Amino acid sequence: MDVFSDSANIDTYVTGFLWILKLTAAATVGALVLGVALAAFRVSPIPVLRGFGTAWVNIFRNTPLTLIVFFCYFGLYSALGLTLSDDIDRNNYWLGVVGLSVYTAAFVCEAIRSGINTVPAGQSEAARAIGMSFLQTLRIVILPQAGRAVVAPLGSIFIALAKNATIVGTIGLMESSSAMKDLINANGDAVVPIFLVFAGTFAAVLIPTGYLFGWLANRLAVKR
Amino acid sequence: MRITRMTAVAGAFALAMAAAACGGDDSGSGAGSGIVGKASSQKKLVVGVKADQPGLGLQTGGTYTGFDIEIAKIIAKGLGVPESGIEYKTTVSSNREPFIQQGQVDMVVATYTINDERKKVVNFGGPYYVAGQDLLVAADSTITGPEALVGKKVCSVSGSTPAKRIQNDYKGVNLQQFDSYSKCVQALSNKTVDAVTTDDIILAGYAAQEQYAGKFKVVGKKFSDEPYGIGVKKTDTEGCNKINEILKTAATDGSYKAAWDSTLGKSGTPAPQLDVTKLTNCS
Repeated sequence: MDVFSDSANIDTYVTGFLWILKLTAAATVGALVLGVALAAFRVSPIPVLRGFGTAWVNIFRNTPLTLIVFFCYFGLYSALGLTLSDDIDRNNYWLGVVGLSVYTAAFVCEAIRSGINTVPAGQSEAARAIGMSFLQTLRIVILPQAGRAVVAPLGSIFIALAKNATIVGTIGLMESSSAMKDLINANGDAVVPIFLVFAGTFAAVLIPTGYLFGWLANRLAVKR
Repeated sequence: MRITRMTAVAGAFALAMAAAACGGDDSGSGAGSGIVGKASSQKKLVVGVKADQPGLGLQTGGTYTGFDIEIAKIIAKGLGVPESGIEYKTTVSSNREPFIQQGQVDMVVATYTINDERKKVVNFGGPYYVAGQDLLVAADSTITGPEALVGKKVCSVSGSTPAKRIQNDYKGVNLQQFDSYSKCVQALSNKTVDAVTTDDIILAGYAAQEQYAGKFKVVGKKFSDEPYGIGVKKTDTEGCNKINEILKTAATDGSYKAAWDSTLGKSGTPAPQLDVTKLTNCS
């Protein structure tokens, strides 16, 4: 295990996982906001918005994430000149966040929409009967109940997101999987220990996260 | 019911593992266990090569072409294995050592730089070529060497030795890393980056590709030495010595030059001299 006694290697390892944390954090926010908006679109009374939501979900859910992230770099940045930061790493980071967010939003949207289906129709009828608008019904009555019903699936989505974040390595961010390749390349004699440490770190963080979401789901579930 | 099912799954898993372990044993224990023994008894060799480096090791459909492939053929011939007995297996930089250690390949000829860490786990024959880090730039670029890169964007493969050298020795250079050189070359042709850096021989291969003809040039100022070796199992000293012998012969009988001329030499670069005094001592 002397690979991990070298401070430069530790540095590579820590930076790798810091990038993963930052990517996951920013993309979670992005995906949640986008996903809820998309879910609202998909249940809205306006056909254009419904169509937009459906198209988004079908396009991004069925495109490999590698391609989306690749497009963010070569399409948005390289060809269209969308520069999100002057620093080369920051720029790649934000491009990665954009890619991860639009992709994960499709899954969040579908999870929320399935949550909406758990809310009895009587609830929205009652809301309409007392004169609430569509947005009010959604915001005050439907979404709070729907959200609480889908904590567990959202948890799965965000755990998947944390692992998907490694794909941003393809556009040059030194996140954990690139960091791992980097270390393996330089230390051909310690391939297995390096792999185990990286895989173990993911497991050590994500398994408790899974339990946390399970516990939250129980606590927040709407008792009917 | 649940318990029986679990047991069944566990049993199946154990069986699979046992089968896998047996498979591993089989490939390890040939006559003499090294490549010399395997070549003479089975007339077969599995060679790990790169699949994405034009001029060196490039896979198109089911066939591999390039300088590394030609070198592999020379070695195989020297060991008495016919061309039809060579099986190529695609390797990437990070799985070359595991492939050799686990016996998935008999030898690796894949732009494999000899260095001390790798020597701990792999025995190297060669070097059959000494590459050096260089820069690939647009044909009209004014960049003349690594010193002129400050403030410029340079692309290389994440974690590769060239990328590290830029990071450590040339401060002030913006390093863009990708997971493959083809993406770097793509970015260079879009002018998203100003230069691509890695071993000169790899860059020459890209510059010579048809779709980029005339668009790029290699600066031609090496700033490192990368001796390419042929990796075999750490314990296979016999195989390593044999490889060096074969290379010595190839240096004088023209087959080395022929290998160069039919691949990288096509871009007009004359064949280098294979310096037999620099061959490893296989210890």
